[in-house]
Amino acid sequence: MNMIYFLIGCSILLALIFLAAFFWASKTGQHDDTYTPGVRILFDDEIREESSPEKSDQDHF
Amino acid sequence: MFEQKTVETETQCYHCGDDLPATPYQLDNRNFCCAGCKGVYQILSVHNLCNYYAYNDVPGQTQKQQNSHFEYLGEPKIVAGLIDYTDDKITSITLYIPAIHCSSCIWLLENLYKINPAIVQSRIDFLKKQVAITFKNQETTLKLVVETLAAIGYEPQISLQDVVKKQISDFSQRKLVSKIAVAGFCFGNVMLLSFPEYFGLSDLESRFKLFFGWLNLAFALPVVFYSGRDYFTSAYHNLKKGVLNLDFPLALGIAVMFIRSVAEIAGQTGAGFVDTLCGLVFFLLIGKWMQQRTYHHLSFERDYRSYFPVAVTLIKAGKEKPVPLNELLVGDRMLIRSHEIIPADAILLKGIAEIDFSFVTGESAPVKKILGEVVYAGGRQLSGAIELEVVKPVSQSYLTQLWNNESFYTQKDHIKTFSATASKYFSVVLLLIALGSAAFWMLSAGDTTKAVAAFTAVLIIACPCALALSSPFTLAAVLSIFDRNRFYLKSTEVVEELARINTYVFDKTGTITSPEASGLSFAGLITTQQQQLLSDLARNSGHPLSRELTKHLNLDKVYPADNYSEKIGRGISGEINGNKVKLGSSAFIGLPLTNSSLNSNVHVMINDEYLGYFTFPQQWREGFKELTFKLGKQADLHLLSGDEDHDKQSLVPFFPRAQQMQFRQSPQNKLDYIKTLQLNGKKVMMLGDGLNDAGALRQSNVGVAVTNNINNFSPDCDAILDGAAFHMLPQFVQQAKDAVKIIHISFAISLSYNLLGLYFAVQGLLSPLFAAILMPISTVTIILFTSIAARLYARKNKLL
Repeated sequence: MNMIYFLIGCSILLALIFLAAFFWASKTGQHDDTYTPGVRILFDDEIREESSPEKSDQDHF
Repeated sequence: MFEQKTVETETQCYHCGDDLPATPYQLDNRNFCCAGCKGVYQILSVHNLCNYYAYNDVPGQTQKQQNSHFEYLGEPKIVAGLIDYTDDKITSITLYIPAIHCSSCIWLLENLYKINPAIVQSRIDFLKKQVAITFKNQETTLKLVVETLAAIGYEPQISLQDVVKKQISDFSQRKLVSKIAVAGFCFGNVMLLSFPEYFGLSDLESRFKLFFGWLNLAFALPVVFYSGRDYFTSAYHNLKKGVLNLDFPLALGIAVMFIRSVAEIAGQTGAGFVDTLCGLVFFLLIGKWMQQRTYHHLSFERDYRSYFPVAVTLIKAGKEKPVPLNELLVGDRMLIRSHEIIPADAILLKGIAEIDFSFVTGESAPVKKILGEVVYAGGRQLSGAIELEVVKPVSQSYLTQLWNNESFYTQKDHIKTFSATASKYFSVVLLLIALGSAAFWMLSAGDTTKAVAAFTAVLIIACPCALALSSPFTLAAVLSIFDRNRFYLKSTEVVEELARINTYVFDKTGTITSPEASGLSFAGLITTQQQQLLSDLARNSGHPLSRELTKHLNLDKVYPADNYSEKIGRGISGEINGNKVKLGSSAFIGLPLTNSSLNSNVHVMINDEYLGYFTFPQQWREGFKELTFKLGKQADLHLLSGDEDHDKQSLVPFFPRAQQMQFRQSPQNKLDYIKTLQLNGKKVMMLGDGLNDAGALRQSNVGVAVTNNINNFSPDCDAILDGAAFHMLPQFVQQAKDAVKIIHISFAISLSYNLLGLYFAVQGLLSPLFAAILMPISTVTIILFTSIAARLYARKNKLL
């Protein structure tokens, strides 16, 4: 049953890591704007996609 | 369906979606409503940014009015006050851009570097409508960056008062979130560690009892001394002031729970109340967090400074020089360009002044001024550049001196909330019961242990957690219901004040009249051919009535106007297709003066033949009649207008008592009028829109700014009401009254939970398990009851 001491220690340590992660996120301002990042991730990286068809057009000519 | 849609888009501007004029601007086979929209499209297509139009249909905003000057951003002194950070390589600045409204905006503004490669990074905060830009200051300047933004239709609003939300407010919110995180973390762990105790330990397991106990106590330390610290300080400060608020029994409960837990665990006499303690603090903090809800996109504390420009162009020795507004001196000669705001009372020296005072008075028709006349600050010049000499410093102007009034420096009387009043009695009764039960056990049984047990048990079980949560949860629910109906309150306390209102004071222009919807009718006979002539004449004028007329006639341009002339404030004339056409006031046309000045009339004369006149009647906001009827049944209605009393007759049906309609009121008069009403014991709600209502809004119990665009400037107020929701005002008030009812009921519910606990506590029979079950159950009951009841009432009031 002494295993319990170890297990509880582990579980608290794990919980503390998550708490620390939350603090870090809060401190670096990740909770300040909860809307924009969700939109931002949906944008495509269109730069290469747009330049490559142009190049292929040139090749055709 | 699909065909219909394409037809529709072809008649709309590709950039902003406005209706196209008869001869649209064209580029790449796309139609634009104005040169501005076309210009934006051109810039975007050159920089390969046309995806802007792919993410949303017509993402832009109309560019018809755009002639801002940013010369002042070249002055290092002004720039220094605006930027967040600078070193010899980079500069960062946060700008407020009201035009941000869709995902295309985010995409475009975060790709700014494609237009101006010197921009290192630009990040949008969508809800706050802010963009944080970092640029290389060797390669570009703030002025160029801002001009780039303006060129693509995202002109930042730069003003004297920081419109950019400061990080400080975020910081206190962040601190509260951290406290909640710690309390929640400890609560979860303690609950887990307490379960074995609650379910009973076998002999083998009981050796862990001490270990679990001490571990629980360790978790309680941060909860009491970090998360719950505010309750102790608040209770202490209030006690010093002689006020008993709800924080006192809460702090007492937390302290007693902690001390008794320490005693029980150290003395190995019991398991303590650590579980209840952590849960209590956790739930309380969540209630506090609900109460601090803020609107990112709204500002309730704006004064004239957020409306005035940062700098003004002075003419010194024949040279134009931008100067910060606070360095503007009496006698300086200012240059005000078209669409700029006049920041100080000044005398007109040169140019034609046609000034729009709509932000000040709500009146949208521009006012003409002649040379030598004094122009009051706050107006926006409409046509061409003018030069003026400053006669009063900015802070002493007719308009701005309102802010020198004492009512802007004294805090509004703290709104008395029901929970504040109730908690006073609650605290006293609680202490009496605790002491009484202790005394009973001491005197009757001589049992000191039992006396202490009963005393502490009473303080623990009656800790008003559910009581403390009923107000924030009800009010937060009501706030979000209001929010959905476009009525935005500054804080939760305003709801309770709203329920007490018995007098309503309305401003006239812009508040009960709608600045946009105006009907137009013609008295007389006119042919389509003649309408064509009028339309072609009126097209040449920038006057609001002419623009309104052109819009109403909705005809394509056919003929050019010859010999066109405009007499400001009187009328326009010209030769269209060989016909002499005159449009204007009766005096301009040459008619005998009539006294029917209820509405503004525009008379029509073609080839010296009088045809009749157009009327532009005042339009009351939708539902205004029903609104006055509903509100008038239970409250007093007043009207305070800065205008002449032309409309008095048409307002009589709404305001039955003539003495309750006041015209020609100065901003100061308005403030004093509210004060007088309040001295007569009235609870006043002021509804206004312009800067001239700012004093009255501030003085009233609930100041509501009515606006057609919530992102526009609105004066200092307690609530912002979207013009479209104006007719719902009686429902909002009813909902506020219902909210107070809900709070009363939930107080009763939580009190009955307290009484149940007290029944065991006074007998000294309080087990930790019982407390650990009762506290969360009562809390959850209250949270469920308040949020469900608030929504049911909202449905009844047709707000959901």
